[in-house]
Amino acid sequence: MRVDVNAFLGSYPFAKVPGTAPADVLAAMNRVKIDEAWVTHLPGLFWRDPAAGNAWLYETCRATPRLHPVPAVHPGLANWSEVLREAVAHGAPAIRCDPCHFALAPSGPEMIALAAAAGSAGRPLLLAVRLEDSRQRHPNDVTPELPAHAVRALIRSHPAVRLVVTHADRGFIEEVHFGSAPEEARRIWWDISWIWGPPEEHLATVLRTVGPERFVFGTGQPLRLPEAAIAKLDLLDIAPEHRAAIESRNARAASGGTT
Amino acid sequence: MLIDVHAHFFPERSPRSDWRSYNASRLEAGRRIGITVHVTSTLGTFGLTSPTYFPSPVDVVYGNDFTIALQREHPARIRGYMCVNPNYQDHARSEIDRGRAAGLIGVKLAASRRADDPLIDAICARAQHHGLPILQHIWQGRRRDWPGQEASDGAELCRLAARHPQVTFILAHVAGGGDWRHTLAVAPPHRNVYLDLSGSGVDGGMLEACLEAVGAERLLWGSDITMDTGWAKLRYLKHLLSPADFECVAWKNAARIFPPGSFPSD
Repeated sequence: MRVDVNAFLGSYPFAKVPGTAPADVLAAMNRVKIDEAWVTHLPGLFWRDPAAGNAWLYETCRATPRLHPVPAVHPGLANWSEVLREAVAHGAPAIRCDPCHFALAPSGPEMIALAAAAGSAGRPLLLAVRLEDSRQRHPNDVTPELPAHAVRALIRSHPAVRLVVTHADRGFIEEVHFGSAPEEARRIWWDISWIWGPPEEHLATVLRTVGPERFVFGTGQPLRLPEAAIAKLDLLDIAPEHRAAIESRNARAASGGTT
Repeated sequence: MLIDVHAHFFPERSPRSDWRSYNASRLEAGRRIGITVHVTSTLGTFGLTSPTYFPSPVDVVYGNDFTIALQREHPARIRGYMCVNPNYQDHARSEIDRGRAAGLIGVKLAASRRADDPLIDAICARAQHHGLPILQHIWQGRRRDWPGQEASDGAELCRLAARHPQVTFILAHVAGGGDWRHTLAVAPPHRNVYLDLSGSGVDGGMLEACLEAVGAERLLWGSDITMDTGWAKLRYLKHLLSPADFECVAWKNAARIFPPGSFPSD
C-alpha cells in the first residue's frame, strides 16, 4: 500500500505543466504504483477564495475513490469554519492552508485559530514549505516560503494541533523537530518529497535521528515527477516495516484514521 | 550500460569531514541505480583553501591529482574530467595536457569566468587538440552576478559554442536550479551543445521540454549531488522514450562525445 499525501489536480499558473487532469494523475499513480493520493485543487491556492475550488475537488474525489480531497481553507475569510465543517463532512483526511500564498501571517491569529479548529475536528493541517525551487520561480511569483519558526509556533499553539508539512528539506525538519518538545514533535509529520537521498544521505539521516514514524510518502506531483519519492526509498537501507509505515501507515495515523 | 556524466567525489582536503562516507555512498547508490561509469570532477578543495568556483592553481592540481587517483583506483567505474581555472591560462593549458596524459577524458570549467569570456577560447583550443568535451557549470537563466561564482548561463555557453564548432560542450545540470526554460530557448540550434540532465530538479514537464528542444540525441544522463532525483529522471525517461532513444540518453550519446576508448564497452 502506498499513499501519496502531496498531490495536486489542476493547472499551475506559473508554468506549463503536463498531466494535471485527474485522469493523468491517476495514470501517473498507476505508472509508479501509488494506490491512493491526497489531492488539492492547485489553481485554488492562487485564488482570492481558495475554497472556491473545493466543490470540484469533492466531486472529482467522489467519482474517483483512490483520490482523497485535501481542501483549502482560508482562515482570513469569514466563512472558514463552515469550509472546515464541509471538509470534515466530505471525509477529507486533512485540510490545507498555505498562509504565504494567502498573504496571511504564517503563525498569526488566523492560522492559530484554524490549526486549533482543525485539530479539534480530528484533522491535521497540511502546509507546503514551497511548491518550486526558489531559483527557478517565475519573476512574478514572489510568495515567501513557509518559515520554520511558524511551524514551531503552530504546533505549540494548541495541544490538539496536528501538522503535515510538505516540501521541507533536512535543515527545516531538524530545526522544527529539535526545536519542539517531544510531545509537540510527535504531532508533526513530514513528507519526503524534498529531502535529498544519496550521496548527501539527508533522508537516511533524518530517519535515523528524527525517526521513521514522523515521515510520510509524498511526491508533489504533477509539479514534480512522482518517481523521485520512490527512488529515495529504493536507495535506502530500511526495514520493511519502516518503509510500510512511511508509505501508508503514518499517513493513516496523521489523518486520524480517515483514509 | 549507464554513464553518469556529472559526478563528484570529495577529496580529504575539503570542508567535508564525511568525505569517505560520502564517496562510499555515491558508489553504493551507483551500484543500486546501475551506473556503469561515474565521470567525476574535483573542483580544487571545494572551498577549503580556495573558493569552489575559483580554485587556485595549487588546489586545481590537488583536485586533479585526486581525480586521477580515483580513476586509477576504480578503473572500471570511474573516469574523470580535469578541472581548470581559465584565469591562469598557462596553468590551465598545462593541466589539460597533464590530465589527458594521465587518462582523464574531459575538461571541467567551474564558473571562474563567464562562459563566453575570451579567456575560455584557449581552453577550448586545447580541448579540441585532445578531442575532449568540456563540461561547463551553468546556472540556468542567471542574468546577473551573485557572490561565489561568475554568472554563466546557457546563452553564454552557446555563444562560446558558436565560436568553437569543433568542440563538444556539456551544458551542466539543466535540472540544477534556475530557469531551465531560459536555456531551452537558446540551445536548440547549437548542435555541439549537449544538455546534462543532472540536478535536484524533477519538474513535471521538464524532460518533455528538453526532448522537444534538442531531441534525445543531445541529452546526457547525470546525477550531480542528488542521485535520487537522477534516478527518478532515468525511470521517467524509460517510460517516455523508445528503447533506442533511452539508450542514447543513458550512455550512447556520452560514448560518442568522449574520446574513443573512454568506457569499458568502447
